[in-house]
Amino acid sequence: MTMGYRKVERPALGLAERLVFPAILKGMAITAAHLFEKKVTLQYPEEKHPLPEYYRGVPSLVKDEAGREKCVACSLCEFICPPRAITIVPEERPGGGREEKQPAVFDIDMLRCIFCGYCEEVCPEDAIYMSKEYEIVGRNREEMVFRKERLYEIGGVRPNPIRKWTNADDEAAAQHGHGQGG
Amino acid sequence: MTAAAPDRYDATSWRSPWPEWLPDFAFQALGIFLVLQIPPLLVTVLVWAERRVSAWMQDRLGPNRVGPFGLLQSVADLVKFIFKEDHVPGQAHGVLYTLAPALAMVPGLVAFSMLPFADRFMVSDLDSGLLLLLAISSLAVYGIQIGGWASNSKYALFGGVRASAQMISYELTLGLSAAAVVLLAGTLNLREIVRWQQDHAWTVAVFPAGTLAFVVFLTSAFAETNRLPFDLPEAESELAAGYHTEYASMKFALFFLGEYTAMVVMSGLMTTLFFGGWTLFGLERCFEGTLWQTVLQSGIWWAKTLFFLFVYIWVRWTLPRFRYDQLMRLGWKVFLPLSLGILLAAAGTRAWAFGG
Repeated sequence: MTMGYRKVERPALGLAERLVFPAILKGMAITAAHLFEKKVTLQYPEEKHPLPEYYRGVPSLVKDEAGREKCVACSLCEFICPPRAITIVPEERPGGGREEKQPAVFDIDMLRCIFCGYCEEVCPEDAIYMSKEYEIVGRNREEMVFRKERLYEIGGVRPNPIRKWTNADDEAAAQHGHGQGG
Repeated sequence: MTAAAPDRYDATSWRSPWPEWLPDFAFQALGIFLVLQIPPLLVTVLVWAERRVSAWMQDRLGPNRVGPFGLLQSVADLVKFIFKEDHVPGQAHGVLYTLAPALAMVPGLVAFSMLPFADRFMVSDLDSGLLLLLAISSLAVYGIQIGGWASNSKYALFGGVRASAQMISYELTLGLSAAAVVLLAGTLNLREIVRWQQDHAWTVAVFPAGTLAFVVFLTSAFAETNRLPFDLPEAESELAAGYHTEYASMKFALFFLGEYTAMVVMSGLMTTLFFGGWTLFGLERCFEGTLWQTVLQSGIWWAKTLFFLFVYIWVRWTLPRFRYDQLMRLGWKVFLPLSLGILLAAAGTRAWAFGG
């Protein structure tokens, strides 16, 4: 294959360009104009970039509008978690009724978490969500393991459109009431 | 004075309780204090200004956190420098390695003392002022050269060699363009040079000799102070950090201080030689004979000098670095003949326009 080539016409330098100084002054005019241009700096701790809706930050646990844990400690997120960042120890939920389990321990090791979002995808109870929190700091490894309390703090309350626990509670109350009454 | 009782309101009969030499001495002491304090203080502001202006020119904000407008940023940097480990590389030449930063800074401070801030305020008023000033400020090359050599690092050595070649080359044109001013004003005394400009015209306005001499002087001053576009001695993309690659802590800060003090001196020299020093279209004659006149004149002088310092920063963030052969070609093949021509033109101007 022969190499194609193209002859580049270089424009001859005019007097102003060969004297250099006029060109330098032109450049200085440009930089001087930029002095007064609007600055693009985002002043980080006070200002933050707007995050897209699909942003995946720290995985967090959420409560329903009545402040109840949604998590039933089914451990699906623990099983699917690719880097095995999640540790769940289930316990029996006091108070009877149809709800059976709750997590006694729910740790996410943020040193391991890869923010893949599988836990959110897999959760049958919509109890774990990827938050928009990304400022993850700790003074040691121990602090980087986020405990249940911290995860709830980050997640906050997310009302459940299905109102599953509410219905279950009503049901349980009805059953209970029926049993007592009978 | 007669034996008669002196009029108690007669000013001439009043005798100061202080010795006669004290006011002069106090004035000189104040001058020495200012000369030693102003450059380091100004350098901290300049480093801040350098970073802010560079940021603004790149549409950024720059350091704005420490203190009002980030003004204390340089102070914070200085504290950091002080607390850093004062590391000396293993194979460095102990004495020269320590001496070099001081050698780089002291000429700037000495040269600064010879600048005339106002008609009646200059710390050392010398008849050979300009000559001595150029001689002393050219000593700064020793600091850089010795620092580069004593570090025992190839990058530092290259930086030092480049610096000496560059500074010696451009000293020629710097001196020749200053000589044009000397020819015009007919004196080496910096105060007299300004007075000549007060009587006639700012040197930069004397076309073509003064104007061209200013252009040559400005460019040579950039090369003398190793500032962009001629900062080849510390070209960070080629030589790590050039002559101060191996320096740390306050020794590095002293090199910094030396570079910026040299900038202050060169800016002051440009003000004095070409832009009328403390004069400003007759404004300098206000408050004639009072202390306020000196204050006003110093203000004018500093305003002009600060403008030239801004130009230093402005040019730095506008132009890319020259190649070394371009630098040498510009110095020897363009500016040297040009400044010789300027010298001729200045002599002619002096002979015909200003009457011998």
